[in-house]
Amino acid sequence: MGGIPLFPEAASSFASEVDALYLFIVAVSAFFTVAISAAVVFFAFRYRRRHPEEIGAHIEGSLPLELLWSIIPTIIAMVMFAWGAKLYYEMRRAPAESLQIYAVGKQWMWKFQHTGGQREINELHVPVGRPIKVLVTSEDVLHDLYFPSFRTKIDAIPGRYQPLWFEATKPGRYHIFCAEYCGTKHSGMIGTVIVMEPQQYQDWLAGGGSEGTMAERGAKLFNDLACNTCHLDSGQGRGPSLKDIVGKQVELAGGQTAIVDEGYLRESILNSQAKIVKGFTPLMPTFQGLVSEEGLAALIEHIKSLSPQAAASAPAPVPAAAPSTSTPAAPAQGARR
Amino acid sequence: MSNGYAHAEGAPSMHGHDHAHHPALQHHFSTMSQQREAGVLGMWVFLLTEVLFFGGLFITYTLYRMWYYEAFALASKSIEIVPGLINTVVLIGSSLTMALSVRSAQTNQRKATVNWLIATIILGSVFLGIKVYEYALKFEHHHVPGATFDFFGHAEASGEGHEAPAEGVTMGRDQIQRTTQIFFSLYFVMTGLHALHMIVGIVILFIIAWMAHKGRFDSEYHAPVEMTGLYWHFVDIVWIFLFPLLYLVERH
Amino acid sequence: METPVYPAHNYLTNGHGLKSWLLTKDHKRIAILYLISISAFFFLGGLFAVGIRLELTTPQGDLFQPDTYNKFFTLHGVIMVFFFLIPSVPAVLGNFLIPPMIGAKDLAFPRINLLSWYIYVVGGIFTLFAIVAGGVDTGWTFYTPYSAASSSTNVVPTALGVFISGFSSILTGLNFIVTIHRMRAPGLHWFKLPLFVWAHYATSLIQVLGTPVVAITIVMVFAERAFGFGIFDPQRGGDPVLFQHLFWFYSHPAVYIMILPALGVISEIVSTFSRKRIFGYSFVAFSSLAIAVFGFIVWAHHMFVAGITVYAAMVFSFLSFSVAIPSAVKVFNWSATLHRGSLSFEAPMLYVYGFFGLFLIGGLTGLFLATLGTDIHLHDTYFVVAHFHYIMVGGAIMGYLGGVHFWWPKMIGRMYSEFWSRISAILVFVGFNLTFFPQFVLGYMGMPRRYHMYPDEFQVLNVLSSGGAAVLGLGYLLPVIYLLYSLKYGEVAGNNPWGASGLEWRTQSPPLTENFLEVPTDIPEAYEYTPKVVREAKLV
Repeated sequence: MGGIPLFPEAASSFASEVDALYLFIVAVSAFFTVAISAAVVFFAFRYRRRHPEEIGAHIEGSLPLELLWSIIPTIIAMVMFAWGAKLYYEMRRAPAESLQIYAVGKQWMWKFQHTGGQREINELHVPVGRPIKVLVTSEDVLHDLYFPSFRTKIDAIPGRYQPLWFEATKPGRYHIFCAEYCGTKHSGMIGTVIVMEPQQYQDWLAGGGSEGTMAERGAKLFNDLACNTCHLDSGQGRGPSLKDIVGKQVELAGGQTAIVDEGYLRESILNSQAKIVKGFTPLMPTFQGLVSEEGLAALIEHIKSLSPQAAASAPAPVPAAAPSTSTPAAPAQGARR
Repeated sequence: MSNGYAHAEGAPSMHGHDHAHHPALQHHFSTMSQQREAGVLGMWVFLLTEVLFFGGLFITYTLYRMWYYEAFALASKSIEIVPGLINTVVLIGSSLTMALSVRSAQTNQRKATVNWLIATIILGSVFLGIKVYEYALKFEHHHVPGATFDFFGHAEASGEGHEAPAEGVTMGRDQIQRTTQIFFSLYFVMTGLHALHMIVGIVILFIIAWMAHKGRFDSEYHAPVEMTGLYWHFVDIVWIFLFPLLYLVERH
Repeated sequence: METPVYPAHNYLTNGHGLKSWLLTKDHKRIAILYLISISAFFFLGGLFAVGIRLELTTPQGDLFQPDTYNKFFTLHGVIMVFFFLIPSVPAVLGNFLIPPMIGAKDLAFPRINLLSWYIYVVGGIFTLFAIVAGGVDTGWTFYTPYSAASSSTNVVPTALGVFISGFSSILTGLNFIVTIHRMRAPGLHWFKLPLFVWAHYATSLIQVLGTPVVAITIVMVFAERAFGFGIFDPQRGGDPVLFQHLFWFYSHPAVYIMILPALGVISEIVSTFSRKRIFGYSFVAFSSLAIAVFGFIVWAHHMFVAGITVYAAMVFSFLSFSVAIPSAVKVFNWSATLHRGSLSFEAPMLYVYGFFGLFLIGGLTGLFLATLGTDIHLHDTYFVVAHFHYIMVGGAIMGYLGGVHFWWPKMIGRMYSEFWSRISAILVFVGFNLTFFPQFVLGYMGMPRRYHMYPDEFQVLNVLSSGGAAVLGLGYLLPVIYLLYSLKYGEVAGNNPWGASGLEWRTQSPPLTENFLEVPTDIPEAYEYTPKVVREAKLV
């Protein structure tokens, strides 16, 4: 296969383990393919019909053999399952100190937003050697943010954040693909992720973000939308104080609790009456349709900036199992009694 | 389920149709009982298919009801309960008349079979008539999902206000406006498909009644009446599930 | 050996003219109707595949407009899945062979059988209408919200076509279940049934239980698109992922509707051409049922990157491996059947050998997709495309073609060219591997599926794949020629040209409308090739 490449660049912390698992399954598959093919081809010669009246031996079957070839594949399958599940668990659980990036899929482009305020389309600059967490959503139909060189992808689903993370290990330029069919220019919805040395990355950061950081833009929006008239830091406002809430558990009006993470904040802005904090009246209007995905992300970053120690330890649980991201756009269990 | 000797029962001659057969026996069956058993099994398998057909809807309904309980409760309360209640009674009544027609067919009472079938047809038609009235009401109230949907429109226009967010409702107006559409979408798909099954059932009932009138059935051969009965009861049972799910969410 | 004579009276001569065909209740004639109609759809679907492969020879996407390309792969998928693969083996071979295999005169409900063909045709007409009206571009999976709100193509007629054809499939399954339960000849108990019948029984269960779920799902998408209802619409709080759950609850088992009957065909051919009982008969029989049952609990492995929870993903990954075991058991048992057999290699057996290779690779590559760690990378890439083509084309079509070649003498009463049929079996095998093996590599390289343009580094493999497709196409066209030729000029086959043991070979070829003059009562065990049976039944 001289000139034909077999593997994409391995440029993330788990790329080599995905490749190792892949090669393990390739080896198992090759073994069984070769063994069975060899057996049937050998039988084809050894037991070919020699005269027209010949019939095969009368053999019913063999229980020990049946057990053998049920149990051995089961064991091998369980090894694959366990290895794959472990790896998947790691791939779906971002480290606490991850750098956060927001990604929005839209027919037919990828829009990225850095917390520093830099915005990019179909290009993503990231530093090498630092875990990056991308919160992915969509403005219209399903998309899928796919980094083949990092061996990871996740669907972009309208109405919710889906988390994806990676740690790039090699500076360079790699593909970004949309992997979920999304219409006419699905195959044009591609881009480049540029992995940079930390110093270069700092330089790049310094060059962008003229509109201020996301948190700053969020703060402006917070005032423009008059959020600040109710959400007073003192806690005396008509809405709960947003200071130091990120990562905390809040008690809801219905008696349930929720962890304040990006998914919860998103839901509380767009479907404000879905999960009311205990002790507050549901006065807040919904901002569905009034705030863009970018604006929403900025608001969330602003609220997160009000919880400095949470930002330091970044506790937000990432698996898609997080309660507020696992239900669709506007789960409203509020009034269930 | 099968003894594996399906032909054996009462079939001394496997092939050759030389002795007297029931005129309704089809050529590829050996005996009437084999024909009847095949029909019954086929009908049950068909009903199993129907269960899964509606099952997909019920699962969808259940999930959305969990996620949007409040919207479902509000939307459900906005539906007039009386027509639904009457329809439930009508359908249960039609199940009774259907069962009586099967009974009459089994006991060779041709006239009674036809009459009970006609009674079933009438009750089924009453159900559909009331359903049409209910749908018309929904159109009038702008409760049909889509561009013209307006959950509050009717209540505010008529000043009744019973659909406005009541005490203890935590959802915003806009959110109610959006999520009640899911309820009404499911309402129309579920009741619409049910009504479609009723229409098909009524057409079949007409055919069966005509066949009964012509004297095609007797105590030995009345499988078509029985099959129709099974189908009709199934459609009734679906309604028995639909009624509380759609009309009685949080109506105490 | 005396020269066989073509029987003057048979189901083909019983009635002449179009009307005698269009109003027939004979399961054999209905099978022929299906054979003609699914072959037409197969070549139509193939035409779209030609378009796809032509476009992908260059990376720039310069041959067709993107929308045209998107319609090509959508229509290729819709036609091949719903109008060829799902009806293929059951509606043609199952329809023709189940009654004679169990010693019955017909299926339990002949009129419903004919009805199901008409329903299929009506569904097909809707789909053809969608094509003529400008095509459809949602992908055969109809994912929301794209299908419900975004696409501007003919989603409604296509969805209706698929919905309608589903009832054809349901009715065929229903007919088989009742037939197998109620129509068996006296003395033919379950464990004397050919494995072909077992496989069809398992398939029928899926058709009856799974198809209605996708039918209702399509109704909901239809309501959303046609009337502006909102069930999966995220704008109104609907959940597009719920659509995927409902869709795959059927569409994953649907894969087994396509492959299980083909596995049944393989059992028949392996046994006949090694003149030997299938090794571990009951294990092969029950593995079909196991595949049907497990098939219903693995659907969410299509959604490992679609936002299901980590723990749900683990459960579904674990369950997905459970399907691998009964499939492996079958392959091992077939291989063991060859051991100490008396093997001969006419065209059907060559197809089976080809099937072994392709089904093995197809099955084993499924492991990469059931394994979570690798699926994240491989999901929605060409690896998936290659995998399911190995199963659904490599496995199912090899089985189907093997079966058509095996039973052609029974269906038509004449033999086809042995030489050309062997050539075509080899062409299909070679062409198939050339077409689809490179796609595994493409997939691991990261090329996503449904791409109209692609980065330059994928070109070599894509050209290789397109070249293979040309060979494959030739392999599929050849049988049309020599099979049609055999209709008139083929040698008379006789009752049992292969020396097979099944009940269907005891009647004349082509059979009478009633299948048997005298229904056999002395039914031996399945696949009996003991010297005594062989001598008495004059198998050899």
